[in-house]
Amino acid sequence: MPPDSAPAVQEPDIPVAHAPPPGLLALFLAFARMSLAGFGGVLVFARHAIVDQHRWMTADEFNETFALCHFLPGPNIVNLSMVFGSRLRGIAGGVAAFSGLLLPPTLIMTVLAIIYARFGDVEVLRRILAGISCAAVGLLIAVVLRMMTPLLKRMDVVVLLLMLGVFIAIGVLRLPLQAVLLVAIPVSIGVTYLMRRKVAA
Amino acid sequence: MNSENPIWALISTFGLMSLFAVGGAAAAVPEMHRIAVDVHHWMTDKQFADAYAIAQLSPGPNVLIVTLIGYAVAGIPGALAATLAMCLPTALLAYYVSRLLSRPSQSRWPGLIQAALVPLSIGLMAASALILAQSTDRTVAALLLTAMVAVIASISRINPLWLLLAGGLLGFAGIV
Repeated sequence: MPPDSAPAVQEPDIPVAHAPPPGLLALFLAFARMSLAGFGGVLVFARHAIVDQHRWMTADEFNETFALCHFLPGPNIVNLSMVFGSRLRGIAGGVAAFSGLLLPPTLIMTVLAIIYARFGDVEVLRRILAGISCAAVGLLIAVVLRMMTPLLKRMDVVVLLLMLGVFIAIGVLRLPLQAVLLVAIPVSIGVTYLMRRKVAA
Repeated sequence: MNSENPIWALISTFGLMSLFAVGGAAAAVPEMHRIAVDVHHWMTDKQFADAYAIAQLSPGPNVLIVTLIGYAVAGIPGALAATLAMCLPTALLAYYVSRLLSRPSQSRWPGLIQAALVPLSIGLMAASALILAQSTDRTVAALLLTAMVAVIASISRINPLWLLLAGGLLGFAGIV
């Protein structure tokens, strides 16, 4: 993609193509809009709105911030709203983006929950939901396959075994998440560290 | 705090779970299932699968399946409590860490830890798929639909919403 309106002269240390920081209401509305557009994941819409549409951050700044949110626990896109909002407008901006992202869909979800509680046993709705559930599981499998592709290409046996171990422990044996992660995370960090040292050596 | 109060159970459950949900919401689904269905009996297997489908079909972050679980446990206050408990603690953690590491790319540790977490989060997501498939794919037709959606979504860039709606339509027609 061509760079967005690249200026002829670039001042060092001054980021270009930045819009002025938005107001709190603008942040709230922007995150509410990307959240309501985000069927099946908000990230794509968030990137488009923040980088391309509003130019509040450059693509690199976005990636760096997202990497941080991905590395931290919790729902990534929710972490992202708080971090982005606060980078633009301080803690109030974080709260504005966070509530924009969550308030409208939470209200919609609550209404759906009320409808489900009342009509969830109706035969037609049961059948429709059963069909949607099958498709939803199919979509999840597709995401897993896409994420696995680079690992399979590299044929890292240790990494694949770690993945398989977590899959069996959680999916088949149904062990508690905390217990599994307390073992798997240190092992995986240790293995990754040793493999990188071997590559570097 | 009264440990019998369902709101408190929701807050402590999801607040703790969010801090262990490395790899996002999909990775936390097996744990949500274990706690909501097996440990607390808040929902049946079927209701959990329905909640997952509704959350996928609705706008907003997919983590909002916790809103539906919270509602099943304690109505509207439960829905709001579960949502905030799942989202707020880690968002605040992210806020403080991002202030500490204003340049995460400078150190090699975040990159190394992130690489180490990748296989674990894929394993967790595969476990989610297995657990959900066990409660949805009870017929051959249902299993075929899941497999077809998985293939179509893997090889094309079609908007997932269309596949979900197609699933709903096939269900409405009584095929799956």
